[in-house]
Amino acid sequence: MLAAIGAPDIETLFEEIPAALRVRSLAGVPEGLNEQQVMSLMYARARQDGRPLNFIGAGAYEHHIPAAVWAIVARGEFYSAYTPYQAEASQGTLQTIYEYQSMISALTGLQVANASLYDGATAVAEACLMAVRANRKSSAARVLIPRTVHPNYRAVTRAATGGQGLKLEELAYLRASGQTAADALSSYEGQDVTALVIQQPNFFGVLEEVDALTDWAHARGALVIAVVNPISLAVLKPPGSWGQRGADIVVGDGQPLGCPLSSGGPYFGFMATRMDYVRQMPGRIVGRTVDLDGRPGFTLTLQAREQHIRRGKATSNICTNQGLLMIAGTIYCAMMGAAGLERVAQACMARTAQLVGALSRLAGVRSAFGTARFHEAVLLFDRPVAPLLEALAANGIEGGFDLGLHYPELGHALLVCATEARSAADVAAYAQRLSELLKESRVA
Amino acid sequence: MSNVPADLRYARSHEWVREQPDGTVEVGISDHAQHALGDLVFVEVPVVGRALQAGEACAVVESVKAASDVYAPVAGSVIAVNEALAKAPELINQDPYGAGWIMRLKPSGPLAAAELLGAETYAAVAEAG
Repeated sequence: MLAAIGAPDIETLFEEIPAALRVRSLAGVPEGLNEQQVMSLMYARARQDGRPLNFIGAGAYEHHIPAAVWAIVARGEFYSAYTPYQAEASQGTLQTIYEYQSMISALTGLQVANASLYDGATAVAEACLMAVRANRKSSAARVLIPRTVHPNYRAVTRAATGGQGLKLEELAYLRASGQTAADALSSYEGQDVTALVIQQPNFFGVLEEVDALTDWAHARGALVIAVVNPISLAVLKPPGSWGQRGADIVVGDGQPLGCPLSSGGPYFGFMATRMDYVRQMPGRIVGRTVDLDGRPGFTLTLQAREQHIRRGKATSNICTNQGLLMIAGTIYCAMMGAAGLERVAQACMARTAQLVGALSRLAGVRSAFGTARFHEAVLLFDRPVAPLLEALAANGIEGGFDLGLHYPELGHALLVCATEARSAADVAAYAQRLSELLKESRVA
Repeated sequence: MSNVPADLRYARSHEWVREQPDGTVEVGISDHAQHALGDLVFVEVPVVGRALQAGEACAVVESVKAASDVYAPVAGSVIAVNEALAKAPELINQDPYGAGWIMRLKPSGPLAAAELLGAETYAAVAEAG
């Protein structure tokens, strides 16, 4: 290869990289392994995971995934899920994306959805940038984001938008309810606000007063960005119906729809908006059309917004979708149906209510907020939660997400979640073990 | 050979300017430009009241295959936009110098100072591509 490109040796090829930036030694990189060695290494690592009883949510949720979902997704026709530019060769993939968009549109109550984004966090960042483009009455590029929005989503959004002049300002929450504080909003009276982000249910699992928040934003010329859990939409009011006019942009992580937790990804993000803003929406959109003979067909549409045509002025330069995961989400929704999704959502709510009841009965544990919730809740402990979580894990129980890092003001706070994948016996086992641990350990 | 009305002045970026008796100007894109773009499917017009520098991107014309910026041919503020384009972007293809106008500007300086071309010069520029 060096001869083919006219370089005498590898040093010459790399000489334009400053010497100070080059790693001279590859110490620490092990020797290569053959297939058999790799397989046994991976099996050994996978065994370390064990099969813990998982009560962690915090943005990624363990749901039962019907075996047929991934059997269908793994078919060769779907497995290469990259952008189907050639409509004549990609009708199956295009139709699946079109069905996906229709499902997201139906779940969120907004008119148009794109073909998916990377994940929930980047979808929030994209939604903030989109709101700045779409809200032409506002020139402040100021987006309000409550502290009840997932901390990782806030961090990713800050990282992705800070260099583009967007001002992200955080809003406080009420310690009593876990909801965004109306007081936090009142300090913005009379100011130019471009958009308000609202997560429902919020990071604490608490239901925000979405109607009042939406109307507050709209009355002040701000757009509303809803961040939602798709499963929850089977039982909660769709963002398209929030307040008088509904949310303007809806995003979220599609992981709960048929995607396994899998060590943190890959997942997919979803996004929907009003038809008025479709040209400001990033990402691919598949449209239904007719061919020369009048037969229905599917094709990419509104591509003039995208980077291969619009270059530096594209609505986004992150518009590759997460094709395979999006297809899993589509097949999951198709298999569950509206009634199935609703049963899953209700089972999650019931199981979490049972979990909160069982754990908050223990001495030294109480529920942080009395507010209505979906399938997650904050528990307050009379002692640090990290040692308890460690002891639980040693007993095969992943007890929840320690909120200390992100919300130190809450004290010893733990975010717990029980989806339909947990049984009543699982909940009882968690309560029993935690009860024993609390008796064994001293109050700090 | 595209239509280049002699009574208008032009920017090298293919916008035309029509001076109005009241000192304001009407702006659109040339017949050459609309022809090069093909059938338009969407036009994004600026917000009324916006102050523009000469050469600033202020509108977008989108065809099936491309989206292109329209640049302010003179500095000024936007006093009106063609609302009909929202429902009928094809007006630009059908009548680029009439019903397909894009915006009206109140120039911030004397028009004579603006770098605009006469019809003959612009026709040569357009022909050269």
